[in-house]
Amino acid sequence: MLELNVSTLVFFIFAVLSIGGALGVVISRNLIHGALFLIVSLFGGAGLFVLLAAPFMAAVQVLVYIGAIAILIIFAVMLTRSMTNIREIFNRQWWISAVAAVILLAVLVVGVVLPIWGPNGTQSEMVLSETTATVQDLGVALVDGNQYVLPFEVASLLLTAAMVGAIVIARDNE
Amino acid sequence: MVPLWMYLVVSAAVFCIGVYGVLARRNAVAILMSVELMLNAVNINLLAFWRYVAPQNMAGQAFAAFVFVVAAAEAAVGLAIVIAVYRNRRSVIVEDVNLLRG
Repeated sequence: MLELNVSTLVFFIFAVLSIGGALGVVISRNLIHGALFLIVSLFGGAGLFVLLAAPFMAAVQVLVYIGAIAILIIFAVMLTRSMTNIREIFNRQWWISAVAAVILLAVLVVGVVLPIWGPNGTQSEMVLSETTATVQDLGVALVDGNQYVLPFEVASLLLTAAMVGAIVIARDNE
Repeated sequence: MVPLWMYLVVSAAVFCIGVYGVLARRNAVAILMSVELMLNAVNINLLAFWRYVAPQNMAGQAFAAFVFVVAAAEAAVGLAIVIAVYRNRRSVIVEDVNLLRG
């Protein structure tokens, strides 16, 4: 059974931040408000990462997502002046989209998560190890020739290509 | 600590909200924000499984790091496309962008 302690309470706070921020992104009429709700949701995700013993991922979440991507989105909203001239924020298929999303959620939760990892699931008796890999292990793994050095280099190449592509696409060429 | 299924339920909820945003919103920037929500849900899922199933193995965190990279690249290129489309069509409503319709 779930005992009520500090880490459980913190989990619920960050879970509510994460889900509530996500709802705010989807239903807010003003896109600037939507971007701020996105920051709230991503911050909730960073808190969950800390609870999952991944502090480096939480720091990257705050730096990259909140610091870079959310600010980039706010700049795009300001550049496109798109928040004042829209009357309908949802398209004509919004109700069928809602039905599809609810069905997907039900399939994921009732059909997959609860039967396998739920309280009475087939893998509910999971031993939680106390020791986890550290940030140092992650750093070594990312540049280790036997582990992830090739995906690491490909990822840096992808970032370079995306940066060049973004500059070329968004440039004003008259 | 809370059991694994609670993290999975939170992740599934955020993912489905993102799916709804992608399918139902008309503004291209809002659709990009919903895609970011979905990628963030994937990261919560990856790190939850990493912590509960294989915390000694670095695969979970490494995959989450690559998801971060892909999300950053997607946001940069996606917003550049949105700005280029806005410059040409004076609109960021995805239904107005039908240049490829035959």
